Amino acid sequence: MTQLLVIAEHDNASLKAATLNTVAAAQKIGGEIHVLVAGSGCASVAAAAAKIAGVAKIKLADAAHYADQTAENVAALVVSQAAGYSHILAAATGPGKNMLPRVAALLDVAQISEITAVESQDTFVRPTYAGNAMATVKSADAVKVITVRTTGFDPAAGEGGSAAIEPIAAAADLGLTKLIGREITKSARPELGAAKVIVSGGRGLGSGEKYHQVLEPLADKFNAALGASRAAVDAGFVPNDYQVGQTGKIVAPQLYFAIGISGAIQHLAGMKDSKVIVAINKDEDAPIFQVADYGLVADLFQAVPELVAELG
Amino acid sequence: MKILVPIKRVVDYNVKVRVKADGTGVDLANVKMSMNPFDEIAIEEAVRLREAGIATEVIAVSCGLAACQETLRTAMAIGADRAILVESDVDLQPLAVAKLIKAVAAKEQPQMVIFGKQAIDDDANQTGQMFAALTGWPQATFASKVVVANGMATVTREIDGGAETLEFKLPVVVTTDLRLNEPRYATLPNIMKAKKKQLDTLKPADLGVDVTPRLTTLKVMDPPKRGAGVKVADVKELVAKLKNEAKVI
Ligand SMILES: Cc1cc2nc3c(=O)[nH]c(=O)nc-3n(C[C@H](O)[C@H](O)[C@H](O)COP(=O)(O)OP(=O)(O)OC[C@H]3O[C@@H](n4cnc5c(N)ncnc54)[C@H](O)[C@@H]3O)c2cc1C
Ligand SMILES: Nc1ncnc2c1ncn2[C@@H]1O[C@H](COP(=O)(O)O)[C@@H](O)[C@H]1O
Repeated sequence: MTQLLVIAEHDNASLKAATLNTVAAAQKIGGEIHVLVAGSGCASVAAAAAKIAGVAKIKLADAAHYADQTAENVAALVVSQAAGYSHILAAATGPGKNMLPRVAALLDVAQISEITAVESQDTFVRPTYAGNAMATVKSADAVKVITVRTTGFDPAAGEGGSAAIEPIAAAADLGLTKLIGREITKSARPELGAAKVIVSGGRGLGSGEKYHQVLEPLADKFNAALGASRAAVDAGFVPNDYQVGQTGKIVAPQLYFAIGISGAIQHLAGMKDSKVIVAINKDEDAPIFQVADYGLVADLFQAVPELVAELG
Repeated sequence: MKILVPIKRVVDYNVKVRVKADGTGVDLANVKMSMNPFDEIAIEEAVRLREAGIATEVIAVSCGLAACQETLRTAMAIGADRAILVESDVDLQPLAVAKLIKAVAAKEQPQMVIFGKQAIDDDANQTGQMFAALTGWPQATFASKVVVANGMATVTREIDGGAETLEFKLPVVVTTDLRLNEPRYATLPNIMKAKKKQLDTLKPADLGVDVTPRLTTLKVMDPPKRGAGVKVADVKELVAKLKNEAKVI
């Protein structure tokens, strides 16, 4: 029987939701699904992974040199575990994009990046050219190494499973990198990838101060995540991890507000699969209106506070 | 130290590509081609390291059609010292490119290879990581700051929740993110100078690399189209639509 290995995404304490979308993609391919948890002091992550519906086994590698989940060490571990698996999958998020191509190269196979659909065990659909061309690709390799675009697959159920947890030996510590520090943006808001509503702002906001002053009240109404265009990030309004787009985060919430964003193809690539798109822009010819379900031509500094008031 | 910068010739980022009606690919006839934007950032970073006296030579490498010479000339106009074209008309996929760059690195012995994080045509985001795996080098992907001193590189990289800083012994692989720097424009005198710089051409066979594609593209389609939206007159109408029509609030 086909066996598939999914690499869990986590922070040593909790399992990230993206893992559920990756398992869902594995289920579409079909076969027995194992989840690899590599970390340090991450027993709670393994326990959470064991509850995912449809997962048969958890492989747990708990060692100090996986604490920071450096690509070099995790990839070496995955390769040491690869025998017997026909497919190895990870989410197309920061950690997955960083680590999984190493696994593919070490196994001498191609990586199939950011699949959005499964056609068969060796054929997949993936976006190219900022999502303007959907390519169906067939792999000739013995092992398919795949990153999964989370918005392409509804998450597997996080409850209901009871997979066995099998501790496995750590691979050697390659000692190639040393983490000096991490600066995590603090926010009480949901993560961009998990939010049902996203309020995104662009260069039209004018400054970081105004970005927050104008958009926070609207985001509060929906418990929304805040996002941004590249221009807003480059101008220093908000940190880099707010960027939505071809080379930022790919999102597909129920409701996406694009405020003071022109709608360049690189931005659209990251949000055009949202269920409902609202655009507020003072330029009636802004390309964002071509994808917006509801477009309001207005000065955002007037329209957004009015909207907040109207929502009550 | 030498720095190697792999650069890809891609459809210009301003072009909205069209999928061919027969589903075999995108229409590249008469489409403007440019250097992959992330690779411009990579060249700029390498040139700055040379200008700061840290690097001694910057070598741009491109794998692909003869037309990549033009892109390599641009890299030299930005400031690369010389260039290498690995010429092939095969569809070169990331694993093949990583192997070709590894073979070039074996000859040139750079202490740093700076890739772009992603080519904006295939959106693969793999080649730098694959090169790092094949050479056994550490990787500093999605870099927003690179400092080199005393045989060590300290790199800040963009991660999902913010940023992290890592320390590496050289040699190291860097892949560039958008905030690493703002590339300079090539000036006319530098474009003229670039024409005289050295550009060597090799073939994959000279490097002993098998570049046979592993993935076959069966078809290329347009993405699903969104239904046409409407313009609303004012905020009141917007809220009414969101409540009664879209039912999202
Ligand atoms: C390699 C590469 C990768 C990229 N990746 C991304 C990416 O991942 N994500 C991304 O977003 N971009 C990306 N970009 C950048 C992209 O091409 C655009 O430059 C960017 O999205 C523009 O941001 P913006 O819409 O905020 O700014 P602008 O294009 O300047 O638009 C600002 C808008 O605000 C409107 N406006 C101004 N004032 C007001 C007001 N008072 N009221 C209402 N409206 C107002 C204007 O009419 C205008 O439409 C990338 C570019 C490159 C080359
Ligand atoms: N054909 C190529 N020639 C030279 N460099 C390339 C080529 N393809 C990819 N690269 C490099 O690898 C990076 C990532 O590309 P990709 O993995 O295809 O998204 C690019 O930004 C380039 O630095």
